[in-house]
Amino acid sequence: MSKARTSLTRTSLVHLALIGYAIISVFPVFLTLINSMKDRNAIFRNPMQLPTPETFDLVGYTTVLGQGDFATYFQNSFIVTVASIALVLLFGAMAAFALSEYRFRGNTLMGLYLAIGIMIPIRLGTVAILQGMVATGLVNTLTALVLVYTAQGIPLAVFILSEFMRTVSDDLKNAGRIDGLSEYAIFFRLVLPLVRPAMATVAVFTMIPIWNDLWFPLILAPSEATKTVTLGSQIFIGQFVTNWNAVLAALSLAILPVLILYFIFSRQLIRGITSGAVK
Amino acid sequence: MSDIPSSHEATGPIRRPRRWHIGVFLLPAFIVYSAVMILPLIETLRLSLFNTVDGQPAFVGLGNFKVLFGDERWAADFWNALKNNVIFFIIHMLVQNPIGVALAAMLSIPKLRFAAFYRTAIFLPTLLSFVIVGFIWKLILSPIWGVSPYLMDLVGLKSFFSPWLGKPGSALIAVSLISVWQYVGIPMMLIYAALLNIPEEVIEAAECDGVTGWSQFWKIKLPLILPAIGIISILTFVGNFNAFDLIYTVQGALAGPDKSTDILGTLLYRTFFGFQLQLGDRSMGATIATVMFLIILAGVSLYLFAIQRRMRRYQF
Repeated sequence: MSKARTSLTRTSLVHLALIGYAIISVFPVFLTLINSMKDRNAIFRNPMQLPTPETFDLVGYTTVLGQGDFATYFQNSFIVTVASIALVLLFGAMAAFALSEYRFRGNTLMGLYLAIGIMIPIRLGTVAILQGMVATGLVNTLTALVLVYTAQGIPLAVFILSEFMRTVSDDLKNAGRIDGLSEYAIFFRLVLPLVRPAMATVAVFTMIPIWNDLWFPLILAPSEATKTVTLGSQIFIGQFVTNWNAVLAALSLAILPVLILYFIFSRQLIRGITSGAVK
Repeated sequence: MSDIPSSHEATGPIRRPRRWHIGVFLLPAFIVYSAVMILPLIETLRLSLFNTVDGQPAFVGLGNFKVLFGDERWAADFWNALKNNVIFFIIHMLVQNPIGVALAAMLSIPKLRFAAFYRTAIFLPTLLSFVIVGFIWKLILSPIWGVSPYLMDLVGLKSFFSPWLGKPGSALIAVSLISVWQYVGIPMMLIYAALLNIPEEVIEAAECDGVTGWSQFWKIKLPLILPAIGIISILTFVGNFNAFDLIYTVQGALAGPDKSTDILGTLLYRTFFGFQLQLGDRSMGATIATVMFLIILAGVSLYLFAIQRRMRRYQF
C-alpha cells in the first residue's frame, strides 16, 4: 500500500517537472503568437492576455506584408531547401550504395573522407568558399547556397543511408542481377524504394539547418533578390525594432511554416532520432 | 558481398570487367563535397599562412598567428572571444546536458502518460531558427515590455530583475541560457534513445537484486548511457565553438555590450567581413578560422581516441 503511494507521488512529481519544462519550452512561442494579433496598447498593458475582440488587431501583419518582400524570401528559402535536399538525397544515396554494396580498394578511406564533414563544420571554410563563389560568379545566386548546403548535408546522409542499405537483403539484389538488371537499375528500382523511411529521416535532418541558416545567406547571397526568409526576417526585424506589432508579426510569420512542418513530421523526426539513426 | 570473389576463383582466373558504376555512384557526392567543403577548408588553412605585404600576397609562415595571439590590436579581442567561448561551452555542459539527461530519464519511465506530448513540446524550440529564438528572448527580457518583471513578480522575485542582456556582467550568461533553452531537445532525445535501447533483461535483473528508482538510475542506467553522453558532449563542443547566429541576432555583430558576448564565430565574421569602420581582412579571417578548426579538431580527436575507442562506428 505505502509502496503504491510513493510511486504515485513520484509519478506526479515527474509529471509536474515535465509540464513545467514543457511550458518553459512553448511559452515564449505562444506569447509571440498571441501578441502578434493585438493592438499596440494591449501588447504593453497586458502581454499575457489572449487577444479579445477589443484588442484584436492585425496591423503588424499588414505592415510586414506591405513592406517586406516576404513572398520572395519564402520562395527563395523554399527553392534552396528543396533543391539541396533533393541533391543531398540523390548524391548521398548513390555514394552510400557504392560504399555499402561493393568492395573496392579505398572503400574505407572514402568512407572516412566523407565522414570528416559530420564533425568538422563547413563554416570554417567560409573564407575560401566566398573566394571560390566570387571567382565563379555565383555570389548572390541561390545556386551558391544550394551547392554549400548539398556539400554540408552529404556526409550525414551517406553515413545514415549506408547503415540502412547494408540491411537490404543480398538475395534480392542478386536475384535482380540474375534477371539481368544493371547495377543502376538495382540501385534505383530495388534499393531506393526499400530505404525510403531512412531517406525521409535524412530529409528532415537536412532540412532544419538549411531552413534556419543565417551565416551563408548573410555572406554568400545577401542581395534583395536572393534573401532567404531567415536572413530577410533578421534584417526586417532589425529595421523595425521599435514597431512591436511588426516585429511580433514578422516573428510569427517566420515561426508558422516551421510549426506546421513540425506537426506533420514530428513523428518521423522523433522516430528517426530515437531509432538510433544518428549515433 | 563477400562471396563474389570466391565464386570467381571457382570459375577460373577471369579478370573482372572494370566496374565503372562504382565511380559513377561515388562521383557526384565526391565532387560536390570536395569542391565546396574540403578544398575550401584546405585553402582556408593555407591562406592563414599568407598575408599582404606591400600590396603583394606573401608567405608569412606563422606570422598571422603571432599577430593574433600577441599583437595589441588583435590579441585582446582574440583572447576575450576565446575566453567567452569557453564560458559559453561550460555553461552548456553544466546546464543543458544535465537538464537533457534529467528530462530523458523522466520521459523514459515506462507507461508514462503524455510522454509524446512532452517530447514534442520540449523539442519544439530546437527547430526554430536562431533569428526567431534570439528576437523572442530579446523581447521577453526587454525591460520595455514588462513580461519578465511581471512573471518574476508572480513568484515574488521582481526585485531581482535587471536588463541582463544589456549588462556586460550578465549578458554572456543570458545568451548562453537562451541557447541552452533552444538546444536542450537534442541531448534529451539522444539520451532518451539510449535509455530505450537498454535491454529489458538488465533492468529486470537489477530489479530482482532490489536495485530500483534512483540507485537503479545511477548504478545501472547511467553507466550504460555514458557513450551517448560522450556524443552529446562532443556535439555541444563542436556546436559551441562554431556558434555565431544567436549572438549576431541578439547582440549584433559587435557582440555587445562592450564585446562581453564576443565569441570566435562573431570575431571571425567581423574580421573577415568587416563591420562599420573596420575593413574586412581575408588573411586574419582565415587565421581565426584555422584556430577554430584546430580547436574543434582537438576536441573531436580527444573524443575519438581517448573517450570513445569504438572507432568501428565511424568506418564504412
